[in-house]
Amino acid sequence: MTEIVTVPTTAPRTVPAPFTPPTRFAVPGRIGVSEQAASMWQTATLTEIRRETPRVSTFRFAVPAWAGHLPGQHLMLRLTAEDGYVAQRHYSIASPPDDTGHIELTLDHVEDGEVSGWFHTVARPGDRIEVRGPLSGFFAWPGDRPALLIGAGSGVVPLMSMVRHRRARSLSVPVRLLVSARGPEDLIYARELGPETTPVFTRRAPAGVPVGRMAAAHVAPLLAEQPPGGWEAYVCGSNAFAEHASRLLVEAGQPVDRIRIERFG
Amino acid sequence: MHVTRGFTGRPRVPDAGLPPGQYDAKDDWPVLSAEVTPDLAPADWTFRIDGLVAEPHTWDWDAAHALPSSSYEGDIHCVTGWSKFGTRFGGVSLDAFLDVVRPHATATHAVAYAHTGYTANLPLADLRGGRAWIAFAYDGKPLPAEHGGPARLLVPHLYFWKSTKWIAGLHILDHDEPGFWERNGYHARGNPWEEQRYAGD
Repeated sequence: MTEIVTVPTTAPRTVPAPFTPPTRFAVPGRIGVSEQAASMWQTATLTEIRRETPRVSTFRFAVPAWAGHLPGQHLMLRLTAEDGYVAQRHYSIASPPDDTGHIELTLDHVEDGEVSGWFHTVARPGDRIEVRGPLSGFFAWPGDRPALLIGAGSGVVPLMSMVRHRRARSLSVPVRLLVSARGPEDLIYARELGPETTPVFTRRAPAGVPVGRMAAAHVAPLLAEQPPGGWEAYVCGSNAFAEHASRLLVEAGQPVDRIRIERFG
Repeated sequence: MHVTRGFTGRPRVPDAGLPPGQYDAKDDWPVLSAEVTPDLAPADWTFRIDGLVAEPHTWDWDAAHALPSSSYEGDIHCVTGWSKFGTRFGGVSLDAFLDVVRPHATATHAVAYAHTGYTANLPLADLRGGRAWIAFAYDGKPLPAEHGGPARLLVPHLYFWKSTKWIAGLHILDHDEPGFWERNGYHARGNPWEEQRYAGD
């Protein structure tokens, strides 16, 4: 398991205080995680493929020596061709930490994507790839603070790890998920989403459900029902979505130093 | 080598400009900042160098633009895997700023920090000798806010997380102090040609 350390506001007595920028601090503090696992490549064996939407599938791997992760963390993955050519990508981890020895990734089939293309058209159970991680503690959620999760498309993947973690551990800490999808058939994990989730459909919606972009009207009620101590906001999606959603949050009064953003790219 | 069954990858285009493990992002320029893009007007922008220097100094927009202009034309490399060829940045060489403050002989490192509080640590040697800039322009236009405008640090020979967006200052030190991503497991120096992505690489 990873160790959870928040950055101390005062340094230990014997060490000179580290430099702190004299700026308005908008970058949220770190959520510390073990870094020993990050530099080691491990073999991951594909055990199962599950279709989520017409363009998205979940790939389950056995990684016996997986060191554990926090919800929201990602990993680096590499595929190697016979001539030694290597393709590396970062992917968010979809599964919760308690899935011992297994991890799940949920991948979009990107047009002309050499890595996602292999996963969606060639991969089958028994195939072996390599992974290293977990990586980065910035977008992690240890389950210790109320979390307002906002995602679009496959940006819901790291957020789902958080929702699953909360359920698996029966945590009472409040979590809300606001997720944008083109239509109901494009909503990843639709069967798993519960009362914590509000979907926003941008192109097509079931009868009686409005169609449109995520707006202030979606964010305001969530900020109005703020838990004591306020929300920690986690935003994940394309850069365009992240810019839009973070602006909605700031305009609704969410402090900038409590908005963590993971942008795809 | 662990060959992945059935994986061929995209057609090989031998390119001496591509560091190991990188791919050509072509026209894309992904944005990966972890914080909210700040609404920072040029009139509110300042850049300060202090710490182990003879004369700490703060420049505002006009004072920084009064220094000799200098441009960078070449490639940039992001730790997430993309590289972008033939970028054109306009700004001022960091040497011009450092010549004013005169770092002490004992100075070895710097913490670059942003107006958002983001930080990145760099060896001082990587910031001198015509290899680092304060950039105001991209492709002849003002640097867009999501790419660090109105001004960012530009250190193109290192992974691009070192090129601090919305640059606010450099704090000069006689030791290395990890910055934002470096505390999150990323490499202290980040040389793409040695593939120094994470601590331990």
